[in-house]
Amino acid sequence: MDALDVLVVGGGNAALCAAIAARRSGASVMVVEGAPKFYRGGNTRHTRNMRCAHDTATQHLTGPYTEDEFLDDLLRVTEGNTDEQLARHMISLSKPMLDWIGEQGVRFQPSLGGTLSLGRTNSFFLGGGRAMLNALYLTAEKLGVQIQYDASVVALDVEDGRFKSATIRTVEGDKVVEAQSLVAAAGGFEANIEWLKEGWGDIADNFLIRGTPYNRGDVLKMLMAADVETIGDPTQCHAVAIDARAPKFDGGIITRLDCVVFGIVVNRNAERFYDEGQDFWPKRYAIWGRLVAQQPDQISWIIFDAKSLKMFMPSLYPPIAAQNVADLADKLGLPVEALEKTVRDFNAAVRPGTFDHTILDDCHTEGLNPPKTHWARRLETPPFYAYPVRPGITFTYLGTRVDREARMRMKGGLGAENMFAAGEIMAGNVLGKGYAAGIGMTIGSVFGKLAGEGAARHARG
Amino acid sequence: MHAADHYKEAERLMTICNSCRYCEGLCAVFPAMELRRSYENRDLDYLANLCHGCGACYVDCQFSPPHEFKVNVPRTLAQLRGVSYRSHAWPGFMRPMFDRNGLAIAVVTALSIAGFILGFALWHDPRVLFLGEGQFYRLMPHNVMAPLFGAAFLFSLLALGMGFRSFWCDIGARSVSAGSGGSLLQASRDAAALRYLDGGGVGCYNEDERPTDNRRLFHHLTFYGFLLCFASTSSGTIYHYAFDWPAPYGLLTLPKLFGIPGGIGLVVGSLGLIHAKLVRDRALMDPTKFGMDTAFLLMMLVTGLTGLLLMVLRETPAMGITLAVHLGAVFALFLTMPYGKFVHGIYRFGALALYAAERRLDRAAVPGAKRPS
Repeated sequence: MDALDVLVVGGGNAALCAAIAARRSGASVMVVEGAPKFYRGGNTRHTRNMRCAHDTATQHLTGPYTEDEFLDDLLRVTEGNTDEQLARHMISLSKPMLDWIGEQGVRFQPSLGGTLSLGRTNSFFLGGGRAMLNALYLTAEKLGVQIQYDASVVALDVEDGRFKSATIRTVEGDKVVEAQSLVAAAGGFEANIEWLKEGWGDIADNFLIRGTPYNRGDVLKMLMAADVETIGDPTQCHAVAIDARAPKFDGGIITRLDCVVFGIVVNRNAERFYDEGQDFWPKRYAIWGRLVAQQPDQISWIIFDAKSLKMFMPSLYPPIAAQNVADLADKLGLPVEALEKTVRDFNAAVRPGTFDHTILDDCHTEGLNPPKTHWARRLETPPFYAYPVRPGITFTYLGTRVDREARMRMKGGLGAENMFAAGEIMAGNVLGKGYAAGIGMTIGSVFGKLAGEGAARHARG
Repeated sequence: MHAADHYKEAERLMTICNSCRYCEGLCAVFPAMELRRSYENRDLDYLANLCHGCGACYVDCQFSPPHEFKVNVPRTLAQLRGVSYRSHAWPGFMRPMFDRNGLAIAVVTALSIAGFILGFALWHDPRVLFLGEGQFYRLMPHNVMAPLFGAAFLFSLLALGMGFRSFWCDIGARSVSAGSGGSLLQASRDAAALRYLDGGGVGCYNEDERPTDNRRLFHHLTFYGFLLCFASTSSGTIYHYAFDWPAPYGLLTLPKLFGIPGGIGLVVGSLGLIHAKLVRDRALMDPTKFGMDTAFLLMMLVTGLTGLLLMVLRETPAMGITLAVHLGAVFALFLTMPYGKFVHGIYRFGALALYAAERRLDRAAVPGAKRPS
């Protein structure tokens, strides 16, 4: 085989953007994807949009989204846990990214039903994340990028910040692949329960993983061992409350539940533990994974009544229904009297108001701890419904530190000679905390393209 | 699987799809699905017939097999379409025609062709079949041909109309005034262009995740070829009765100007569709409908091919047999139109009209009264 210019480890949006950009810069490129072909693409398979700055409305976006507004949003969701210079750089590059990604065959559509709030800021992929991946893979193949599936990296040979080769394991055995440059775009470690336990303890056994089972962080760990500098809280991950009946891995978007604000949430003791109506759901959904993780057995139940059944997006599993609270408790395996008391106390504390789930309305409780500060309506109209929820882990924050060119930084502050990183494996540079819809894809595309171009530049001199 | 299982599976899938909605921009099925939160059989009949089977949602779905959710919308809706064709067939005792449709169509066609050969032979001296004089009506007088085919055609129209009426009531078309001019116009446009057989813009999916095939083109050739052939026959009939101008007609007459491109369209289009069907990813198809689909395509092919051949062989001894095969095939086609793949067109048109009406009102139709089992 001829000498390889760029080895891309990973197979998602970031990896493919890197591969395509490197190939378009004239480099020979190989992509090694750890997953089989169907599962290629890591968490990109489950995405649906990307957040890019734009100056005017477009065919698919309802209005402008300036760089400043994007930065404000990022600073707000991360609470300042971001490399602001790098974030500004990414945001300015996100503008031409929409066109570039379109040129690679990805198609867009107006925001999906139920996501009107994102119609101005986020560009939705026609057919979703897997459609986007299919388009990128087709383009990469046409350009002559070599792609290997079921190919995991089991060792990296790195010397003083210089990548020399990687050992790739496939069904045919191990082989050593040398390349002039490395792009690491292999995702985070959220599917590695043992690693999650380092931050969370044994309760991580009860976490569900929303996306790919292939993000085990092996490459990240090898890079850390090779003295790449890390960034991001090693113990933290993005956790939301999802349907407890979801599969352990890869349940994706359809296991999410948007109904917390319409009811109450109780733990195994049938006790409430947090203000369900604190703020609009899109602003609060990401705290509930952590809240549920802190409850006994890491499980809770969202309970609401017939009034609310059709007010939120449907989800995969039907709610558990009963004609009265006692029967519901029975079905859920909760202490009957405790749940009846919780509902009774809640109902008694609800003050009259005008219910409107589109604003922070005046329906609230008084004299209840914890309170429900908005959208509080008595649970009194049968049937009563419940969804069981558990923490669903979306991604991890720990990653490799990078510079403006997506080049990894070594411990001691020097840039790696020929190693670049893109996507979830370095998202912590920009996204140190929290999340805003579509930002993961922006990070993947922008840093993927930078990494690919940088890797090709290095390889071709 | 029984019909009930297909409905159950379709309901499961629509619940998954409605929780996801990533495919919303691909075609009409998913926006129509989003107007509903639960799916009874008649809703599912509607959605199934709205689906053009382009395959894009399967290729784009993160939950398609081997994922444990096993989401396969194109195949499931194809199966339901088969169920709905059968259940709306009129008269009801003809429903079993759909059970082994390929065989049924083949038998009807064979009998029909044999009937014409036998008829020609018994009517006259058997040698008349091979005279090669170029005179169709010596074999079968026009005054016999026209009423026979006219009767078969009228029966088909009646049966198709009754089936359509049953479907139209079931899906609740009246509850949103889907019969209004605007909805019918929109449906005509969408059907004429096969708007939703385009994989959301790139073409439909056949062998793999590359949108490569030309099913829409071949379908256009078949469909418009069929219409041209129909126009050819109709214009010939008008020439005959209105102007007392009997066949054969010259190259620059309407029957030929319609018939030649029409026949070529039928042949090329049906061959293209048959090829696409043979190489198509089996996962996207209802394997039990292979016979029905190919039987119909072969009927189109034989009709087009023998029509063209007749023109070439008219003055040879092969004319008699070719005419018998052509007339036999067309007769069988007319007779079996209500009991084969042909019905997909009318139910899909009905579904498109309902979709146009639902979009205009932004609400779901209310399905009609319960269908007798």
